[in-house]
Amino acid sequence: MYNEKIMDAFSNPKNVGEIENADGCGTVGNEKCGDIMQITLKIENDIIVDAKFKTFGCAAAIATSSTATDMIKGMTIEQALKVTNKQVIEVLGGLPAQKIHCSVLAEEAIKKAIEDYLAKKNA
Amino acid sequence: MEKQIYFDHAATTPLCKEALEKMLPYFTEVYGNANSQHAFGREAVKAVDDARDTIAKIIGAKPNEVYFTSGGTEADNWALRGILKANEKKGKHFIISPIEHAAMLSTAKDLQKEGYVCDFMKVDADGFVDLEHLKTIIRKDTVLVGCMLANNEVGTIEPIKEIAKIAHENGAYCFTDAVQALGVLDIDVKELGVDLMSMSSHKIYGPKGIGALYVKNGVKITNLVFGGHQERTKRGGTTNVPATVGFAEALRIANEEREQNFKYVSSLRDRFIKRVLAEVPFVKLNGPSDLTKRLPANADFSFRFIEGESILFSLDLAGIAVSSGSACSSGSLEPSHVLLSLGLPEGLAHGSIRFTFGKHNTMEEVDYAVEEIKKAVERLRKMSPLFKEVQGEVKNV
Repeated sequence: MYNEKIMDAFSNPKNVGEIENADGCGTVGNEKCGDIMQITLKIENDIIVDAKFKTFGCAAAIATSSTATDMIKGMTIEQALKVTNKQVIEVLGGLPAQKIHCSVLAEEAIKKAIEDYLAKKNA
Repeated sequence: MEKQIYFDHAATTPLCKEALEKMLPYFTEVYGNANSQHAFGREAVKAVDDARDTIAKIIGAKPNEVYFTSGGTEADNWALRGILKANEKKGKHFIISPIEHAAMLSTAKDLQKEGYVCDFMKVDADGFVDLEHLKTIIRKDTVLVGCMLANNEVGTIEPIKEIAKIAHENGAYCFTDAVQALGVLDIDVKELGVDLMSMSSHKIYGPKGIGALYVKNGVKITNLVFGGHQERTKRGGTTNVPATVGFAEALRIANEEREQNFKYVSSLRDRFIKRVLAEVPFVKLNGPSDLTKRLPANADFSFRFIEGESILFSLDLAGIAVSSGSACSSGSLEPSHVLLSLGLPEGLAHGSIRFTFGKHNTMEEVDYAVEEIKKAVERLRKMSPLFKEVQGEVKNV
């Protein structure tokens, strides 16, 4: 069902945790659906210097969280906003059809965390 | 990964060597069609008849009350649909429990589309059918009351005898799905008082692709599978001779070893449950906490703050095979209908894992699994946004 890249990202996920006093935080999904993804960002001069995640969900949700946070580290917020779920899937070498929504959650969590940062910045 | 531990015996079991040995000649030597009249056919039908006799005797039925099917699913489909179609004069109403196997629930759904009316008996938090509720929903036009003998997910052993009594007092037939209970509990169809009972071979160390439906003599039922004159014209299709032989042999052995296996498998399960409840915080045992009221092989837990499929794959990586009631594992959007019927909140239903033990498992495997569960649960909780580390006391929900 899962390829080796996904299983590896699931067994040895990167960026697990929660950044204290994060510049941006995005949480998507809910317990009822069985997936919750939280991404916290540390942003300096509009560049993502650190990203961490906490996820309640299946192996694919954990793998996409790890991959997505890894992808956006070092990106400008403009670049990170353009990261799509398809790109996350590509990095993981494909996801089973019924797991595509996990990658969508990752994309949404990134967007929400950046929006949170922008809202705070403009407040 | 050195260790490979199988704790998913409610899904399927390995074929026992005795059944395999007994089946082998029927693939290549005694290959006749059991419906043929020549010597090849007569030899094959003799084997099928012997198998039928063995099974009938063990469940307290007459041989002509046992019909072979392709498995438990076909038996369930046949019982429900066949009884309703054959008894339309009485009515179009039937009652089942909400925690039936998908084979029953999906058939019920399909029948509802065709104008039949289905009501569900209530179950309590342990999964036991509410008999008083059944009495209030049974009607004059109720044709059938159906309930599994034991639940596949949480192991609850249902009061079938009482259900059958209520059904009969109201002129309805009683059906039970005994797929999980066969070979484990002492089953006598007359003692239970059921009119129909489905069985499967591969849950009791027999081959896959074979099962049976017990239909009490005199019960009106239409065919599900139409074809030739097999199974006394009740179920078409060339008989799978080696499978019937294997099924009967597996059941014969299961029956012979029943008490000793029951005792042994319970001892594994009891220790497992005791250790998990004591050593893993925030865990809920699903199904009856009175362990004597559940199948001896079954333990089902919900691990709070984490999701079942990720636990399943963590254990899989440690060489332990289990199953989960989470939506992600079932391929549907909803978590286990059984756990939701028991009143579990979705979050806990998503975090459920079923462990079902078998006669080849060992106490060492149980202990190894507990250690691996502790590691997996701790690791996943560290990743979970729902788990805020709780200082101090360790609580179970």
